[in-house]
Amino acid sequence: MENTIDKDYKTKRRFYQCRNSADWIWGLANVVSVVYALSQYHMLMDGFEKAIIVCTGLALIGFGWVWQTIRLFVTGVALVSLFAVSRYGVMIDLGKTDFFLKYMLASQSAIMWMSALYVMATATYFFNLLTNKSFSGVVATSLTWAATGMGFVGLLVRWRESYLIDPEIGHIPVSNLYEVFILFSIITALIYLRYEQRYKTRSMGGFVLTVISAAVAFLLWYTVERQADIIQPLVPALNSYWMKIHVPANFIGYGSFSLAAMIGLVFLLKGKMEAVAPKAFLTQRLPELTLLDDVMYRAIALGFAFFTLATILGALWAAEAWGGYWSWDPKETWALIVWLNYAAWLHMRLTKGWRGNPMAWWSIVGFFVTLFAFLGVNMFLSGLHSYGGL
Amino acid sequence: MSASVNSSFRPLSLTALLIRFLGSMNLAITLLVAVAIASIIGTVLQQNQPYPDYVIKFGPFWFEVFKSLDLFDVYSSVWFLVILGFLVISTTVCIFRNTPRVLKDIRDYKESAQLKALRRMSHGHEWQSNFSRDICVERISAVAKATGYRLVVKSEAKQLIVAAKKGSGSRLGYIFTHIAIVVICIGGLIDGNVPLKIAEMTDKIQVETRNIPASQVPLVSTLPIDNLSFRGNVTIPEGQKANLAFIDFKDGYLVQRLPFLIAVEDFRIDYYKTGQPKSFASDLIIYDKELDAPLYKTISVNHPLEHRGYTIYQSSFGDGGSELRIKLWSLKGANRSDEIRVVVNTPFALSLEKAEMTLEVLDFRPINVNPDISGVKKFKNIGPRFQYKLRTATGEATEFINYMMPVEKDGAKYYLTGLRHTPAEDFKYWYLPADSEDGVDRFMCFLALLNDETRLKEIALSSLPKQADSFLSMAEDQELVAQFMVALIKQFVDGGVGLISAQVKAAVAPDKQQEISNLYAKMLHHFLRNVYWVVLQEEELDPTLGLSEFDERFYEDAVAAVSISHQYDVPVYLDLVGFNHKEATGLQVTRSPGKMLVFPGCLLLVVGVFCMFYLPQRRFWVVVSGSQDNTELFLAAQAGRNPYEFEQEYSALENALLLQLGTERTD
Ligand code: HEM
Repeated sequence: MENTIDKDYKTKRRFYQCRNSADWIWGLANVVSVVYALSQYHMLMDGFEKAIIVCTGLALIGFGWVWQTIRLFVTGVALVSLFAVSRYGVMIDLGKTDFFLKYMLASQSAIMWMSALYVMATATYFFNLLTNKSFSGVVATSLTWAATGMGFVGLLVRWRESYLIDPEIGHIPVSNLYEVFILFSIITALIYLRYEQRYKTRSMGGFVLTVISAAVAFLLWYTVERQADIIQPLVPALNSYWMKIHVPANFIGYGSFSLAAMIGLVFLLKGKMEAVAPKAFLTQRLPELTLLDDVMYRAIALGFAFFTLATILGALWAAEAWGGYWSWDPKETWALIVWLNYAAWLHMRLTKGWRGNPMAWWSIVGFFVTLFAFLGVNMFLSGLHSYGGL
Repeated sequence: MSASVNSSFRPLSLTALLIRFLGSMNLAITLLVAVAIASIIGTVLQQNQPYPDYVIKFGPFWFEVFKSLDLFDVYSSVWFLVILGFLVISTTVCIFRNTPRVLKDIRDYKESAQLKALRRMSHGHEWQSNFSRDICVERISAVAKATGYRLVVKSEAKQLIVAAKKGSGSRLGYIFTHIAIVVICIGGLIDGNVPLKIAEMTDKIQVETRNIPASQVPLVSTLPIDNLSFRGNVTIPEGQKANLAFIDFKDGYLVQRLPFLIAVEDFRIDYYKTGQPKSFASDLIIYDKELDAPLYKTISVNHPLEHRGYTIYQSSFGDGGSELRIKLWSLKGANRSDEIRVVVNTPFALSLEKAEMTLEVLDFRPINVNPDISGVKKFKNIGPRFQYKLRTATGEATEFINYMMPVEKDGAKYYLTGLRHTPAEDFKYWYLPADSEDGVDRFMCFLALLNDETRLKEIALSSLPKQADSFLSMAEDQELVAQFMVALIKQFVDGGVGLISAQVKAAVAPDKQQEISNLYAKMLHHFLRNVYWVVLQEEELDPTLGLSEFDERFYEDAVAAVSISHQYDVPVYLDLVGFNHKEATGLQVTRSPGKMLVFPGCLLLVVGVFCMFYLPQRRFWVVVSGSQDNTELFLAAQAGRNPYEFEQEYSALENALLLQLGTERTD
């Protein structure tokens, strides 16, 4: 241990200089995949799509270098998705007959698996918190990884399915509420898993996964009640490459803000417990307040950065689709409100040094503001964004 | 240091006070909250609707209150712009006040920090080392460099101070983001309608509210070509041209002249196989004196045309004057149908048997994809549709929507015609059963017979029993019964079953009402059926052979339709039999030079935000003192924004230093 630090401190210079061979293999694997995809399918892609593929590859390399665990995950998801796609071949109907597709990997099945696994993971995290059995903690984490993997596989396979139904209908699955709810769940889970690893604590898991379980509940209701899972063609306004980046960026924001709110909740709970019953086992097991405060800040900072990016991408898209980068459409306006809210939160923390309970409460309130921007606007206000009104 | 302490005793000058106020955090936060609240109001209260709608919704009193507060157009109201203006000023002042300090902070290694101050820091450690001072400094530098710190060494008489820092990007990030906000707001204000507002307040322009051709709009309501920034709309039918756009402003509009001519060759909608629209596209030609040749370009949603700083978008579409062939079916008189030709958006004088009316066709759509009635999310093209108003001589108008083809419901087909009296209502639909030829002819024939008293009487008489033993043998009796039947039918047509039972209630003692009603109902149905037989006979069918399932169903639907026909209170049904479609494309023309500021500002904002969060500033100091072979080392560091994170980084740093210069700890 000591030795490695010694060695590292002598050799570590630049970011790329601290890469080990696994890092370079990872990088190479990504480069090869991107080059292969480009050489095979370049005639089907326009310039923007090629650029997006290249950027995705680069982003994955960087991501894998910063967070080693994600490599295994990405590789797994890629292999399983490729397997599913190969089972499909060119026949969408195989989804109903092929064993693997029907029970595991057709997008609908994968998403059902994802839903079930998330709910199980939530319960296991709470079990772990109450009993402190370390094995249950490992199970909870694995379940969360598995659920997230299934979610990604579901979306990727759905992407392929949309093309199998009809090439002209094909589009990236981030175009309606059903699809973005899946996106929300898996992004929130990934951010959580990252923090879990980094701060080495599982006691926040149940709380964060509760939000995801709620999203899953909505998803199931939406599927059963509205047949939202049926793949629909895109309306002309959504048929744009901006959608591919605007929507995911937005959901990194939403995911982080939700996570921050749940951490705020844990913070308040822990604070209360410390005051009331400092010796209680729950008080002991919940993370320290400084850790919680730190996670909350990190989540909000991450969310804010990506939300800024997403809003700007939205504005660029609007400049192309609606004839103006800003139209005071209700969705835009609420995005601004969310943004202003967290801007104020960050100002208070960074410049005024606010800490503790007020910030925790504020991040919970922020969640409701975010929720309204995400869902409330579609339900209660009309505007350019609402295509759901059919 | 001391100077600033002194100055706080002196009373501040007015400008200094003002600057302190404008650049204060509290003002900034207040303004952010104010913008947020104003934005909420603007989303909850629907903006820029026609004024009468607001009056209906809020009543005249609140309408006036809201209007005087500009709540119907929050985002271009004076008070909102003033808030934004203050936000810009406040942020600018903040930048000016803080930038020098921040820049200094970025450059400064704080190598002159006092030992006292270092000892107060949150993290620190003291130990001794056997290495010489020089080696110590060398190894500290190596550790610092390896972890991304840069450092300076300051040597004093008794000691050396190594001051290291990294991550100044977060401080730069502050500058970037705040400048970006200012730049974006200024760009936005340029593109907003501030200039228009000022021109309007100084009476340089006047809003046009009349519905008149663009050529007749007076000069005060026309904006010149050199207007820098605007957002206007224009609808151009296929084959026509325009060199202007209309800007919505308050409760009317302004006309914006353009320095070029836009001609529309063709407008197209492509559909998916499922029938939903896939793309909207227009073929445009731009004629511009500055161009050597006309510019041909196809635009579509998400693919606008840029020309000389103007951008032309596909924003909507409509009818460009389609010609419709319409059959008029009289609902109140003889079975007669005239055919007319009308053009969409051109009023047409209709002379009907009993009334003169104006027919205004508002819109025509050749393809209408609606969710299938079956409820599952499937879509269905239910064929051409047109929307029209019938206006009486006194000016009252009723609005209709009719479909050219029948729709299927529960296994039978119907023609739909919707009616409403005000635009606020939903259409109420009248379902007319389609006959075996998919037409309305049989139904109209049935209805016409029910309206024709002479023929009704004939039918009534012929259907009465003729045998001598009948109790209705007398001719006068037969005549009376026939008259009664005709009256019954008239009541049915004029008010449905409701009217008949109302009459019974008025005329008959309560204990007999039920009995009489039942009797009447039986007679009515018997007679309606006889009439229906006549209709079938006129179609040369033989009802005595029994009715087919279709004819039975048709009868029930027809009676149901007749029983509510009185709610369709116009004397004519318009049946679309043919059309010649001509479309118009709705273009949005904008000029927004502000985006030259807004877009770079956005880039700066993103860069700034990421720098701010991901390049946190970190500092540490090592004070090296003591004798040559027994060096004393004192490490100090200050937790930045996220102490928890720093905790780990600090302990790694401490470990590394101890390892490099290590000996036993002294604590
Ligand atoms: C801040 C300003 C924003 C701008 C300027 C903006 C702009 C746009 C534009 C131009 C589209 C194109 C599709 C259309 O015509 O409806 C779009 C779609 C979309 N945007 Fe945004 N957007 C903004 C914020 C947001 C936010 C906060 C969300 C969070 C959910 C969001 C989520 C979406 C989604 C899911 C779509 C896909 C279409 C739908 O189902 O409504 N946008 N946006």
